Amino acid sequence: MSMKKNKIIRLTLSYFVIAIMAVIVFYPLLWIIGSSFNPGNSLSGSTMFPENPTLAHYKHLFDADKSDYIIWYKNSLKISIITMVLTVASVALTAYSFSRYRFVGRKNGLITFLILQMIPNFAALIAIFVLANRTGLIDTHLGLILVYVGGQIPMNTYLMKGYLDTIPKELDESAKMDGAGHLRIFFQIVMPLAKPILAVVALFSFIAPFGDFILARILLRSEDKFTLLVGLYELVAKQFGNEFTKFAAGSVLIAIPIAALFLVFQRYFVSGLTAGGTKG
Amino acid sequence: MEAEKVGSTKHAKTAALLSIVPGIGQFYNRQFLKGIIFLVLAASFGIVFGDILNMGFWGLFTLGEIPKVDHSIFLLIDGIIALIVTVLGLGVYAFNLYDAHSNGKKRDLGLKLNSVREQYHNLIDGGFPYLMISPGFLLLIFVVIFPIIFVILLAFTNYDLYHSPPAKLVDWIGIQNFIDIFKIDIWRNTFFKVLGWTIVWTFGATTFQIALGMFLAIIVNQKDLKGKAIIRTILILPWAVPAFVSIMIFSGMFNETFGAINKMILPALGLDPQPWMTEANWTRLALILIQGWLGFPFIFAMVTGVLQSIPEDLYEAATVDGASIWQKFSKITLPLVLFATAPIMITQYTFNFNNFNVIFLFNNGGPAVPGQTAWGTDILISWIYRLTMTSAQYGKAAAITMILSFIIIAVALWQFRRTKSFQEEDMM
Repeated sequence: MSMKKNKIIRLTLSYFVIAIMAVIVFYPLLWIIGSSFNPGNSLSGSTMFPENPTLAHYKHLFDADKSDYIIWYKNSLKISIITMVLTVASVALTAYSFSRYRFVGRKNGLITFLILQMIPNFAALIAIFVLANRTGLIDTHLGLILVYVGGQIPMNTYLMKGYLDTIPKELDESAKMDGAGHLRIFFQIVMPLAKPILAVVALFSFIAPFGDFILARILLRSEDKFTLLVGLYELVAKQFGNEFTKFAAGSVLIAIPIAALFLVFQRYFVSGLTAGGTKG
Repeated sequence: MEAEKVGSTKHAKTAALLSIVPGIGQFYNRQFLKGIIFLVLAASFGIVFGDILNMGFWGLFTLGEIPKVDHSIFLLIDGIIALIVTVLGLGVYAFNLYDAHSNGKKRDLGLKLNSVREQYHNLIDGGFPYLMISPGFLLLIFVVIFPIIFVILLAFTNYDLYHSPPAKLVDWIGIQNFIDIFKIDIWRNTFFKVLGWTIVWTFGATTFQIALGMFLAIIVNQKDLKGKAIIRTILILPWAVPAFVSIMIFSGMFNETFGAINKMILPALGLDPQPWMTEANWTRLALILIQGWLGFPFIFAMVTGVLQSIPEDLYEAATVDGASIWQKFSKITLPLVLFATAPIMITQYTFNFNNFNVIFLFNNGGPAVPGQTAWGTDILISWIYRLTMTSAQYGKAAAITMILSFIIIAVALWQFRRTKSFQEEDMM
């Protein structure tokens, strides 16, 4: 009897804790969604469930005459996609050679990558800023993309090398026996087997530039070059609160696709991370 | 016979010596094509880069001599480029010496040298990994390594608002920046205040998010709990929303005049509104709570993965032996979880150590502290940003960046010495 009672108390307490956490998780999200439907610009007087909800803020964002939101969205997508393609290509090549070849400088290269992945690349933001000025890459998307790709390489190379190490070497050795060349082994034997980790790297290198704020803010100057986050930040930073409802609408439109993408791929994230982290 | 033998042991040395002028050693080894390639490479290197190297090193050493004509920072950049070109050139040069020496050695041992055709195949086989890593590596050199060298060098200059090209020159000042940071009162006080908060922040926020994530994972993982899938999805949600958006939401919610926390939540719980944005300690508390919200789902997801992989019979055996729930937790669950996730937990600490976004976006590092370059909740990285972007203290900012990187690298090396990836034989 007492065991059953214990069990009921334990489960009730558990559900109670989970319910509180669910409220804490949902409250801010519902609050921003509610704000985005509130009439008026400022937050004061806004409620989570507005009495007369309006789509005005969304319409405003999509009105090309009044707002640059669509341009920013396009910029962000363009930068993220190009970064993703370049990162996946260079990371696949680098990780493959670290995993499959033994060459002079390999060990030092790996240690360099290990240390570089620890230092966030905006720690050198003075240098990136000055360098971009010197080379004329300031306020260009190309400069931003190069910085993103370079910053993504060390960590993702490590992640991918860890995965490639788990693909048996006998496979490529027997292919070599059969006369397959380096490129053929790479493209037709190893890469198809590495699809899961390729997907993870692609997703990481898409989301990171999409969610980056600081580098984009330093490098981009003119409003029509802004990425989404920089644009939105400028929107609220000018005078906090006054444009908050528009900001809310803009945020909801960013958060929904990213969150959906994320929840779909979440499984791979976790397994990819733990595999890369413990197996190196 | 005797004489020839004595002579022949010298091929390796002679070839290497001759290769001080690249290519000649290869000629001596009768590998003419290779010799020509090395010679042409060396000559074109000298012709193409000669001026760049000459000017570059001059600029690097002097940082310019005439104000308004010489731009010290551009000279510094060109100097670093010269440095990188030199290192790459030296690499090829070393390979040239090595090649001459090893082929000479082969002749000494009476082995046949590779024909052009074989050399070509060797080049393809041996060079393939280099070819593959070169695109990524070159990008890394210019986007990551170059800025790092630049910051290191900048830390030893007096580049600030008053020594700002093109009007003024920048000079090398040795370790004066570091001395200033530790000797001049205002710098020292600010530095240690910021460092102290950075450490409190790192440990407070990270430990909070780890404890919360782990606690929830264990609760949700109870066998007889219903609705696991939906609960897990809900608890993962904060990770899925872009951090930028969440932090800006919280920034609005904590706003003192119209935010939901002061206007709705605290009154509903019967508490007084608090100065979240203007009182440093309240801002700090808010930041740690927010980071807990942002960070726990990641830990939750990982710990859940580990928990699911713990075999059930371990617990059954423990139950048979009469272990209590607490004993099962502290003797089975906790050690296994910590062992499996320790490396990633440590990266969480280094991540928060440099967590610029949450500090900057929530309250801009504020509230402002009059008379100081660092604001109330600035951590090292956001202080560096402020020094660079608002007060143009580039030299000092670079020096602090070096101190910060030093801490990070020390932690990283300590951590990776302990993980398996370092002990793997193929790392060595």
